[in-house]
Amino acid sequence: CALHVICCNAGQFFSSGHTNNWAVLVCTSRFWFNYRHVANTLSVYRSVKRLGIPDSHIVLMLADDMACNHRNPKPATVFSHKNMELNVYGDDVEVDYRGYEVTVENFLRVLTGRLPPSTPRSKRLLSDDRSNILIYLTGHGGNGFLKFQDSEEISNVELADAFEQMWQKRRYNELLFIIDTCQGASMYERFYSPNIMALASSQVGEDSLSHQPDLAIGVHLMDRYTFYMLEFLEDIHPASKTNMNDLFKVCPKSQCVSTPGHRTDLFLRDPGSVLITDFFGSVRKVELTMDAINLTDPIKQMEENPVNGEEQKEVYSYADQLPVSEIIHQKPKQKDWHPPDGFILGLWTLILLVFFKTYGIKHLKHIF
Amino acid sequence: MGLLSDPNRRRALISMLTRLNAPICVVCYFAGVAWFMGLAFEPFTLRTYMSENAMGSTMVEERFPAGERALATGREFAAHKKKVGGMPVDWLVKNMQDRGLEVFTQSFSRTLPFPDENKERYIVKGTNVYGILRAPRAPRTEALVLSAPCSPGDSNNQAVGLLLGLAQYFRNQIYWAKDIIFLVNEHDLIGMQAWLEGYHHTNTTGMSWSPLQGRGGSIQAALSLELSSDVITSLDLVLEGLNGQLPNLDLANLFYAFCQKIGVLCTIQGKLQRNDWDSVSGYSHAVQTMMLMVMKQASGRPWGDHGLFLRYHIEAATIKGVNSFRQYKTDATTIGRLLEGMYRKLNNLLERLHQSYFFYLMPSLSHFVSIGYYMPAFGLLAVILLLRALDLWVQLNTPPSTTEDGVADIDQVRHTPGVLSVLTPLVISHLTGVALYALPIRFQETAVEHFPVSETEAVVLTAIAIYTAGLALPHNTHRYYIMCVCGTEQGWRVLKLIAVLYLAVLLGCTALINFSLGFILALTLVPLAAFVTPHVPKVLSAFILVILSPACTLLFSVFFFQELQEMPVSFQDGWLLYLSVISQGILDHSLYGSLVYPLIALLVYPCWLLFWNILFWK
Repeated sequence: CALHVICCNAGQFFSSGHTNNWAVLVCTSRFWFNYRHVANTLSVYRSVKRLGIPDSHIVLMLADDMACNHRNPKPATVFSHKNMELNVYGDDVEVDYRGYEVTVENFLRVLTGRLPPSTPRSKRLLSDDRSNILIYLTGHGGNGFLKFQDSEEISNVELADAFEQMWQKRRYNELLFIIDTCQGASMYERFYSPNIMALASSQVGEDSLSHQPDLAIGVHLMDRYTFYMLEFLEDIHPASKTNMNDLFKVCPKSQCVSTPGHRTDLFLRDPGSVLITDFFGSVRKVELTMDAINLTDPIKQMEENPVNGEEQKEVYSYADQLPVSEIIHQKPKQKDWHPPDGFILGLWTLILLVFFKTYGIKHLKHIF
Repeated sequence: MGLLSDPNRRRALISMLTRLNAPICVVCYFAGVAWFMGLAFEPFTLRTYMSENAMGSTMVEERFPAGERALATGREFAAHKKKVGGMPVDWLVKNMQDRGLEVFTQSFSRTLPFPDENKERYIVKGTNVYGILRAPRAPRTEALVLSAPCSPGDSNNQAVGLLLGLAQYFRNQIYWAKDIIFLVNEHDLIGMQAWLEGYHHTNTTGMSWSPLQGRGGSIQAALSLELSSDVITSLDLVLEGLNGQLPNLDLANLFYAFCQKIGVLCTIQGKLQRNDWDSVSGYSHAVQTMMLMVMKQASGRPWGDHGLFLRYHIEAATIKGVNSFRQYKTDATTIGRLLEGMYRKLNNLLERLHQSYFFYLMPSLSHFVSIGYYMPAFGLLAVILLLRALDLWVQLNTPPSTTEDGVADIDQVRHTPGVLSVLTPLVISHLTGVALYALPIRFQETAVEHFPVSETEAVVLTAIAIYTAGLALPHNTHRYYIMCVCGTEQGWRVLKLIAVLYLAVLLGCTALINFSLGFILALTLVPLAAFVTPHVPKVLSAFILVILSPACTLLFSVFFFQELQEMPVSFQDGWLLYLSVISQGILDHSLYGSLVYPLIALLVYPCWLLFWNILFWK
């Protein structure tokens, strides 16, 4: 019957599992000669906004000292292409963490949600267990670390632990991690939380190279990996069905000189079935129906049919945050004996004193 | 038991030391010289590279268009200079103001200790004119300086013209993050010293100047321009500054990078780079370039207007335009573009230049030798002195071989005379040194009264006279020895020990500050310190000692320097040049605080006198 079909479709309706999208875009460099990192991040920001994620769902962390730098011959602009076709700074950039606020501590607090109560909403990552989060990092990195603003570093172990905290606090449904730095693949080696897919611009021991110098401005404008990734993203529109396998093919060694890498073993779904817009856009699925549906039964999950005889993937579940049943059915604890209170002691002393006062001391020997 | 605490082993070590002392010293000396000569061999050098991340590569677009107009301005400047008969202050002020700079002047005057050939008067008065281009959006915390000297006659007019042309072009750009100060200084180094002292509120040399009305923040880098012709064939880079200090190597790297980008021929020490390092002539060319740099650094005088900036930790260099007979000529617009590129890159700096080397030698503009590679050459020479000192110490402490106990006792009583006995020669030598330092200037008036010479010549000849008079000392001072230890073998040994250690410390400290000066002094003084004893043949050794004394070293260096520059001089001209070098050294010391003259007069000369004393020990 129609109700059954719609029920089954409704089950498929939520197959991707997410209901909202977030993006955390971080540029970890400052100073004029790192112009290209800011241009990288702003270009990704533009694409993500174009595909539908609003500013309230983007946490943008930039040193933001490029557009108004005294050395910029085109003040108030940041260009990503040599012919200066696109000013990625524009007039509607919302930078949430700027200047010296881009620190490792702030980044980890944003991810894990441990922010002081006075933090404004625009600086928080208010994701839930149905959020797909895109995390993009760019800057200078090395084997196992990423340099933040010339003064500190974040290691791949810290990052993996932060993601595990996010998983345990149910702060994401699926996570896409993209990093464009030298030796970027070392940053995703240590991840161990489920539902994370990672891409990097170069392998351990390789440098990510910059793409275009601009002689009028006097700096390199963009890095290669992000440049070709953006060329790829330009073809994506909110309704496109391109999947992650195409993203993995972006910037082969002939164009990028470094070898981009990716990691999908922690991800539940097959990358071929993951749409680009699952992470880069904010797509609301709409299905029109003319009938009313009585949704009294909970939606059953579709059974995963093993394809080509593959093993059933282990189904992860959340650890119980508050084990109520254990608390209810617990036996009461034996309380330890404590000596009586001071009040009781004082009362008994008073009674004894009154007794001996009345009846005389000679009665003491009868008691002791 | 350890090597040094085991008596048997110690005795064996000491006997080996005393037996092999002379051969090891000779080997070390030749090894040091060979190491130094090998520094210019190209496989032992490193290619220059940009170390500063903020400066990056030469990735800028230079668009300076107005070379011809700059030359026309230079001609106007020349005309006004001739009309006024000095620095055309009013014309410069008006011109800079028209170009949009904030213009200020500074007047200064200096009483010279004696008039030298160039000035021919005791008091030098002048005015500096400078204009500040304020950065459009930056706070006034940092500055860059471009300077051109106002020289008498026809020189450096084009430099001032180009400076004004660049000022106008730079004024129209909005990407400056530092203030740029355009300075035209009068009387070359004297004016520059006055300006720097006024800028930094120091007064180290006793000059009187009017305080600066306008300032620009702490100076990060400075370039001085010397351009005397409309077209040039090559650009020469001058790095050596006061007391042998050099700017950061990144400045030279920046210059070389832009020379290559724009395609201008660039030289250092006036010599072009050659590619055939494996041939003999190629290697000798590199050695000549390096020796020129060593001689210039050893002289301790600033070889361009930039030399005085280095003392304030401001990296500076001088760029000289050279017009020699070559086919390919470069015009003023190209030079302007090169300077524009360099200034745009210096503009990108976030901190002072500090990533690259401060101590280096350059056998060519694209190769360098850093301090870690050239110091062992000096170390090998210093080791000779230490070995000699050890040898003397051993000789002083071994009791003389005796047959009877009685004789041995008496000998041992007079065995080590102690340090006080050699105080007399020390004091007398240093007093002579003080006389050499102070008397020439003090007694120039009396000298001029009694002899028909000019003041400069009087000063120089007095210095030479005192120097030669010191040679007579050993014969006259024997009477003044307290505790007559003259005659004992140990007396001169103690004196020589002290003298050798003194020389080692002196040369070591000198080499740390000015490697070239230390090395050249070591080349001549170390052999004489090693071999001199009272027992060598007197006449021959006296002759050798005089030849290796600092004054004669200077004389030979003057002739050698002229040879290296391919302008050999006859003996007459060489002698006059030598006299002028001495007078210039004395003048530099009182004007700018150069340390070469006091070092030689107060420390090296007394040390040499001690060895002269040892030679004539009775």
